[in-house]
Amino acid sequence: MEILGLVNYALYMAIFIAIYALLALGLNIQWGFAGLFNAGIAGFFAVGAYTSAILTSPAADGRIGGFDLHFTIGWIGAMVAAALVAWPIGKICLRFRSDYLAIASIGVAEIIRLVIKSEAELTNGARGISNIPRPAGDFGYMESQIAYLALVLGVLIVVYLLVERQFNAPWGRMMRAIRDNEDAARAMGKNVEFRRLEAFIFGSALMGLGGALFAHFNRSITPEAIDPMVATFLVWIMLILGGSGNNRGAILGAAVVWIIWSVSEIATDQLPHEYAVQAKYIRLFLIGLMLQLVLRFRPEGLLPEPLRGDLNGRGRNTKSGPANQ
Amino acid sequence: MLELDGLVMDFGGFRAVDGCSFRVDKGSITGLIGPNGAGKTTLFNLIAGALPPTDGTIRFLGEDVTGLASHQLFHKGLVRTFQIPHEFHKLTALENLMMVPPAQPGESLFSNWFAWGRVHATEQDVTEKAYETLEFLELSHVAHEMAGNLSGGQKKLLELGRTMMTDAKLVLLDEPAAGVNRTLLRKLETKIEILNRERGYTFILIEHDMEMIEKLCDPVVCMAEGKVLVQGDFQTVRSNPQVLEAYLGETTGDAA
Repeated sequence: MEILGLVNYALYMAIFIAIYALLALGLNIQWGFAGLFNAGIAGFFAVGAYTSAILTSPAADGRIGGFDLHFTIGWIGAMVAAALVAWPIGKICLRFRSDYLAIASIGVAEIIRLVIKSEAELTNGARGISNIPRPAGDFGYMESQIAYLALVLGVLIVVYLLVERQFNAPWGRMMRAIRDNEDAARAMGKNVEFRRLEAFIFGSALMGLGGALFAHFNRSITPEAIDPMVATFLVWIMLILGGSGNNRGAILGAAVVWIIWSVSEIATDQLPHEYAVQAKYIRLFLIGLMLQLVLRFRPEGLLPEPLRGDLNGRGRNTKSGPANQ
Repeated sequence: MLELDGLVMDFGGFRAVDGCSFRVDKGSITGLIGPNGAGKTTLFNLIAGALPPTDGTIRFLGEDVTGLASHQLFHKGLVRTFQIPHEFHKLTALENLMMVPPAQPGESLFSNWFAWGRVHATEQDVTEKAYETLEFLELSHVAHEMAGNLSGGQKKLLELGRTMMTDAKLVLLDEPAAGVNRTLLRKLETKIEILNRERGYTFILIEHDMEMIEKLCDPVVCMAEGKVLVQGDFQTVRSNPQVLEAYLGETTGDAA
């Protein structure tokens, strides 16, 4: 029984890691490559979660939908909705320089949370949406967990390959150039405003997808889930610790931080009762400490941004050298 | 090729450029000199579209381009470098050049996913061209170095290299010699001459190194306090009493 419990716990954790890895990949597009400080991940996460919930849940009284559609439509819808929300936000906020963008995006995420909480017509208000169908949810508990994990991992691998392709392509090179020196990129003919918007929307769509996967996993979504602490800042720590500018780093960071975060819950549960109230804050402290240590001792993250150069001829290194001096 | 007419730029109450008018002919290398704070770099920023002028017009290749953004001007063939090197510091030297060519298919998200063959073919051409450019600049040995780690002079060369990665018609060089050692400087002069003669680039260059100006530039335009003071060949400008006054009256040691 004990071993079965551990396996179940590991499955549960792995699913969460995969979902967080999607969010971290989305943030890596925005911050790691385009240099956009989006501190409103929770907002796009929520838009995705609710969109998929409305599209796929069975019809309910008192709110729009549900439309009882297939979950794939829900997930695609989540990405489209998050992208559509990101578009006007980006159009307005991307004119700010990085630190102002951070403040603006925190505000935007909060607005989204309040809209979700109060627009009962759309989201069923504070009670949230339940009865969200879970793919392969009819199997036994463990089989269903395994099936969902496989599905989520499949999505993650596909997304990773698609994003990695962009990063290694001229698109990624251009985005990194814009990040490194906006004025020079502009003088080299790149439409900086448009490209930033593109990266912002691309990243936000992935955050929306992450939200949808989360909602289907939990079979329900409530405004409580849109906590900036776990949906925004934890993702930031994952990316910084894993290595911003590196997709594998983003995934590794998601795994490391989520494991520490969950294990810390077990640890704080062992504390005597009088500390129960403080437990949550002890965990926050732990995450903050971790971030401090990483920034102090390894600011480039566990897997730093790779030097790329040309795609097909890295071997040409040998051609140059002292002979050319 | 380029005609400036009555350009004015105000920063709040301060008039940095005050009614500048001159023209640049195709195939020439125009030198822009003047004491510090004369408005030379601001004038460059106006021509390159980094700042919109308060007043006046800019015509490039017979077309009114006043107020166009820098990336739009780039596509018309107007390229600039910066006084302080603006390298992309976390890209390799090679990538710094490879990012320049306009309209690469790989700059579209869609092509990278669905038309990789086309992206790949262009990428090979661009790579080839970037290696050639590095070779021309004698920077091949640092092709895979992070640009942020290059020396000041190498960064200046890399900036010049970026202008060679596109079909530039007019190149604005902002103090290409500043902070570059003597040997490298002579090399830079030669590169500029070759580009002018063989590739037909037209140059405007801001420079404080009078040797370089004398060697390369005709005509020379001297600015002071936002105005064009004198223009003509180097000897005319050098012997003009107003120019001497502008330099000696306000700064010392800048003019060689």
